[in-house]
Amino acid sequence: MVDLPQSCDVLVVGGGNAGLSAAITAREAGASVILLEHAPKAFRGGNSRHTRNLRLMHDSPTATLRGSYSSSEYWNDLLSVTSGKTDERLARFTIDGTSQLLPWMKAHGARFQPALEGTLSLSRTNAFFLGGGKALMNAYYAAAERLGVNVLYDTEVRSLCLARGMIREVFAVKNGASAAVRPKAVVVCSGGFQANIEWLREYWGDAARNFIIRGTPYAQGVVLKNLLEQGAAPVGDPTQCHAVAVDARAPKFDGGIVSRLDCVPFSIVVDRAGRRFYDEGEDIWPKRYAIWGRLVAQCPEQIAYAVTDAKSEKLSMPSAFPPIRAETIVELAGNLGIDAAALEATVRNFNQAVRPGKFDPGLLDDCRTEGINPPKTHWARPIDQPPFIGYPLRPGITFTYLGVKVDENARVIMQDGRSSANLFAAGEIMAGNILGEGYVAGVGMAIGAVFGRIAGREAAKVALR
Amino acid sequence: MRSAEVHLRVPESAGLQQGRRLVEICNACRYCEGYCAVFPAIELRRQFTSGDLSYLANLCHDCRACYYSCQYAPPHEFALNLPKAFSDLRLETYERYAWPRPLAALFRRNGIAASVLALLCTVLFAWMAKTPSRSAAGSENAGAFYAVVSEGVMIAISGAAFLFALLALAMGLRNFWRDTNSPSALDAPSLLAAFKDVFTLRNLGGGGDGCNNHDESFSQTRRYFHHSLFYGFLLCFASTYTAAVYEHIFGWISPYPFLSLPVLLGTVGGAAMLVGIAGLLQIKVTADPGPASKLLLDIDYSFLVLLFVAAATGLLLLAMRSTAAMGGLLAVHLGVIVSLFLIFTSPAPSSRRATISPR
Ligand SMILES: Cc1cc2nc3c(=O)[nH]c(=O)nc-3n(C[C@H](O)[C@H](O)[C@H](O)COP(=O)(O)OP(=O)(O)OC[C@H]3O[C@@H](n4cnc5c(N)ncnc54)[C@H](O)[C@@H]3O)c2cc1C
Ligand code: SF4
Ligand code: SF4
Repeated sequence: MVDLPQSCDVLVVGGGNAGLSAAITAREAGASVILLEHAPKAFRGGNSRHTRNLRLMHDSPTATLRGSYSSSEYWNDLLSVTSGKTDERLARFTIDGTSQLLPWMKAHGARFQPALEGTLSLSRTNAFFLGGGKALMNAYYAAAERLGVNVLYDTEVRSLCLARGMIREVFAVKNGASAAVRPKAVVVCSGGFQANIEWLREYWGDAARNFIIRGTPYAQGVVLKNLLEQGAAPVGDPTQCHAVAVDARAPKFDGGIVSRLDCVPFSIVVDRAGRRFYDEGEDIWPKRYAIWGRLVAQCPEQIAYAVTDAKSEKLSMPSAFPPIRAETIVELAGNLGIDAAALEATVRNFNQAVRPGKFDPGLLDDCRTEGINPPKTHWARPIDQPPFIGYPLRPGITFTYLGVKVDENARVIMQDGRSSANLFAAGEIMAGNILGEGYVAGVGMAIGAVFGRIAGREAAKVALR
Repeated sequence: MRSAEVHLRVPESAGLQQGRRLVEICNACRYCEGYCAVFPAIELRRQFTSGDLSYLANLCHDCRACYYSCQYAPPHEFALNLPKAFSDLRLETYERYAWPRPLAALFRRNGIAASVLALLCTVLFAWMAKTPSRSAAGSENAGAFYAVVSEGVMIAISGAAFLFALLALAMGLRNFWRDTNSPSALDAPSLLAAFKDVFTLRNLGGGGDGCNNHDESFSQTRRYFHHSLFYGFLLCFASTYTAAVYEHIFGWISPYPFLSLPVLLGTVGGAAMLVGIAGLLQIKVTADPGPASKLLLDIDYSFLVLLFVAAATGLLLLAMRSTAAMGGLLAVHLGVIVSLFLIFTSPAPSSRRATISPR
């Protein structure tokens, strides 16, 4: 038997940033709230527990943010990363919403690092969580429990009964036993489907088997699929996902931030056959961070290798896995498991093609190659100082873009264009409304926080009417 | 590359390997950088020698904030548990640096037994040193304290213990310093900062909201109990020294009345220590065992219990300074203090000891 009430005012599905923001808000509005989380307590908080910061609009400096970051600047950043694939009304609405977030978050236990201390040069646009996303989730769970939100772990929502735009009943499974709840309103915050390898295979074929999922293994997209099958309007390209290059030695799931590699601009990257395939120095790294996931996914066996030498090692952040070292290129090829003769030839050709220039890791310098294809257009320096170092790369999937369409009250929109009477969505499951493509640091948490609060407020309104 | 050569020859201890694995993950993550001095120190390096790791382990004050906020904490396969790894490392490294070494090894293997043994020996010794002929128990005569334990013996025992303790501490520090190549050695500003940290227990802060004693929630109680113990200890120290000044400079002979400075200081200090120790013991007993090091726990317990006995016998001594029990009590009290000095300044890797923490 599952110890689950048969009814409640608001039922929240998924306990990450969006789910907790919604649950706390609805409870504070006076609704009785149940939160169902698939993961056990130790792994609660989904992808949110892997996060570092969120992006906030602000007109003047605060204790956690330097300078100012205006609404229009924020909007331009979003516009450029999404190449226009965004709903302007919802996006601007989200941006304005972020200016209200700091006091609310702090009142519910969130703690931030002082401005200036952040590791990345983002302390103007982004507020950094002290202790990271898991510390934030711990604070939110404590606040939710203090307020009397009924939190159930190890409880997977399998389906929602959606008829004429209205949720009647929700079916869940806990430790093999099933249960049904009849809530007055429902907020779905269960994230994307990036951990569902079978679903990814529909678009990526067998290559998906070699993908590394950077975040929670519970992002199976069960609720998303169920809602789309029942007529919720989809948003975002189902075939696309945000993917970066991660260390191939990372765990299959939940490796989080520590497996990312940012050595690419100061390396050459080769496939298993030892051949280069893309301009590693195309642009400054944050702008190219997310194309390398896809590039590696297109390589044979979905694996590639970054190769560089002693002088470039310290230019990038250390990663959790030590680099593979060798005194010669041939030895390094052996250690990495690639064709030694081919790698040696690639490095030789590359070194010969490097033109003299003034190396500067901080800007688009004039160190480039001539006469090879693909060229390396910046930061090209001969690879000639042992020990040589290499990292194996795999595609690391951060999240998928497919979601449900919502209006500015976070109501799920049905295929006939009408908003649902009592179904709301927040977080990654609806982020595609705003982020149709691309990514800019800290927007995921911003969308979840803004829409989580709206969804909680609106769901409580419906339930208490 | 000095250390790399060393690594090739001697296989590293499990504690060092574990510490390095975890610290390398933290260096790629850095989410905890606002919690304490450990993380900024990690970020200065890319590779970690055994000396670096001992240094980091000694910067850790076991507040456990980073354990509860780590997305890689067990049951995650990375099994990231810095406070436990650092406690284990402290134990290992104190054994390596402590002087004299055989005592250190004995202590590591059996902290509680070693403490009890030392305690019994010193108490016995003090008891035997009581001058039997003029049992001055109960007398309010001037100089009654020294009638129980002859002044010479008292000074000899405590002086020797004190000197030994100083020597052992210095030797241990020297070993430690040599190995860690501590960046900001003993320059005045860093010493000052270190003292300020010690007095405010800044590093027990979890980034300002206190420690995680039982679960994910932060609490200041450990800091408050620690303060109570620490300042209580200082008051007791002050009590002893005002008594010495009374005696040697003004020529006023003990015992002093209740409202005198030494007795008041001693009473308040002793009581504060008892409260602090009881609180710390209670936190330890009920704490989440996840981030704790089993071996170090034993040692912490013996330290806290000895300290408790020292404070309790001190207080009793004050209360009963004019009764027949005074003689025995004084012997026990002195014995406990001497063994505390002996045990916990040299080989004991207690996490309670104030380590100077250059930033
Ligand atoms: C490594 C990494 C680092 C990131 N860093 C940042 C960052 O610094 N800043 C930023 O803004 N964004 C970052 N992101 C993106 C960010 O994590 C997401 O945008 C955000 O966490 C989404 O929040 P959410 O609440 O929608 O989903 P989640 O936090 O993933 O929560 C979804 C929850 O739903 C649960 N769930 C799923 N299905 C079910 C079901 N059927 N029944 C019950 N429960 C279910 C899951 O267990 C999970 O707990 C990062 C992502 C990754 C992977
Ligand atoms: S303890 Fe965990 S969260 Fe903190 S810095 Fe280390 S790896 Fe990151
Ligand atoms: S336990 Fe506390 S003092 Fe020790 S490393 Fe973690 S945060 Fe720092």
